[in-house]
Amino acid sequence: MSSSKARRPTHADFVLDNQGRPAIERYTPNERSNHWITAICFVLLALSGLALFHPALYWLTALFGGGPWTRILHPFIGVVMFVSFLVLVIRFWHHNFLDANDRQWLRQTGDVVNNREERLPPVGRYNAGQKLLFWVLVVSMLCLLLTGLVIWRAYFSHLFPIGIVRLASLLHAFFGFVIVCAIIVHIYAAIWVKGSIKAMTRGTVSYAWARRHHRGWYGEVVERESALARDRAAPRG
Amino acid sequence: MSMQSLDIKRRSATTTPAPSQRSAYAGEVAKLIDVSKCIGCKACQTACMEWNDLRDEVGTTTGVYDNPTDLTENSWTVMRFTEYENEESGNLEWLIRKDGCMHCEDPGCLKACPSPGAIVQYANGIVDFHEEACIGCGYCITGCPFNVPRISKKDKKAYKCTLCSDRVAVGQEPACVKTCPTGAIVFGTKENMKEHAAERIADLKERGFKDAGLYDPAGVGGTHVMYVLHHADKPSLYSGLPEAPTISPMVGLWKGVTKPLALAGIALTALAGFFHYTRVGPNEVSEEEEIDAEANALARRDDAGVPPEAQREQEVRS
Repeated sequence: MSSSKARRPTHADFVLDNQGRPAIERYTPNERSNHWITAICFVLLALSGLALFHPALYWLTALFGGGPWTRILHPFIGVVMFVSFLVLVIRFWHHNFLDANDRQWLRQTGDVVNNREERLPPVGRYNAGQKLLFWVLVVSMLCLLLTGLVIWRAYFSHLFPIGIVRLASLLHAFFGFVIVCAIIVHIYAAIWVKGSIKAMTRGTVSYAWARRHHRGWYGEVVERESALARDRAAPRG
Repeated sequence: MSMQSLDIKRRSATTTPAPSQRSAYAGEVAKLIDVSKCIGCKACQTACMEWNDLRDEVGTTTGVYDNPTDLTENSWTVMRFTEYENEESGNLEWLIRKDGCMHCEDPGCLKACPSPGAIVQYANGIVDFHEEACIGCGYCITGCPFNVPRISKKDKKAYKCTLCSDRVAVGQEPACVKTCPTGAIVFGTKENMKEHAAERIADLKERGFKDAGLYDPAGVGGTHVMYVLHHADKPSLYSGLPEAPTISPMVGLWKGVTKPLALAGIALTALAGFFHYTRVGPNEVSEEEEIDAEANALARRDDAGVPPEAQREQEVRS
């Protein structure tokens, strides 16, 4: 990170958390809102989708004002979620390419699940699990949108041959299953790795959190902060 | 519509037994449509409209006798006319099939329906839609091997032939049967109808239709609406009557093993998380690590000339 001009701190540098302790900004307010709009849509979609998927869960339609309302609302919420998720993808896709360290990380699943992070290769802004989750979500969201449009009886189903509608019904259920499981893992990981939820509720993580869970990313932050200090001491340009 | 006087054999989206204490001791019912006797007068369509209080929109002629041209939420039965040039006999045959719900013994619509009790099959075999419970998703259309159910544009509920379940419940035959002037449509127990069909088929064979036969497709467990066809070897001649209808494997999978497996998979994923938390425990940063990293961070901030107050302002602005 070198530049010909002296760097000066931005509002994203040297932040404090909600208790006034030094912290690192992980998500901006816009990123947080974007995430939570997607998340709220997801919860509504999972509940309404499961209600229509299995008779044992049909009672969940009561949360939406009954069966017909569940049927009416589900696809519209789905479109909102897809658009919101698309913005998230545009924001974060470039952080999610897997590299050699990530492949090594994936080979050490035992160390991952047993909290032996010191044995793992350095992790950047996202670990391999988070990156994989990202791509699983990308694929699932896209497939759910496409199959969902096909089985959206009120507007689109009549445009497709019955064989395609049947296949789309099955695939929609399949990708619904995949995404629900993926999000359960996502939510559990946030509960498991203490300090993660704050990143998405207040926007910040502690330095120690970053150093322990995302050593590579922590290194980048430290490097930038040191560079800001150097530039202040000896301005260039 | 709900018919409390009839008992229920199958009920959509229901995993426990349907109210099935009583059974149809008189036997399951069936409507037999003898295509060879049909003259295409459409009296059955009219009777259906009359009994069920249905009035379809008046359409426009398309140059063929089919009127209306397709089943709709207001036309639960439609005569489909086919001109067939029989190369063997050199005759032009007018094949007229009264289309409508086949009342499958294994109904694809009922299998696909997500709303408990929106579709039922009575003990006598009739498959009926209970529109009060219909949510309008159209899965019945996805599940039907015969392309029969239609969603109403007015109320977004699915409609189709009820086999006049309300009439049958009080010992009457369906309206189309009652009105048919040639006796092409008859109604009775399924066994009786099969016997009647056998006589008709023997007669047709004598008259040269060597492939005459009964259409009671085994792929859907047989149907409670059956056809006598002169060309039972080629059902598709009759405006695309399916050769070997079954519930699509896609629908079978979607509404079969997928349901319990997916729920189990979701539950196991959540349980795996719970047990990981209670066995391995959370991944936490110790207080010493926090203090150490914080001290380093404060030192860098000091080097960068960020006073505590300025930091706070940064925070407010961000």
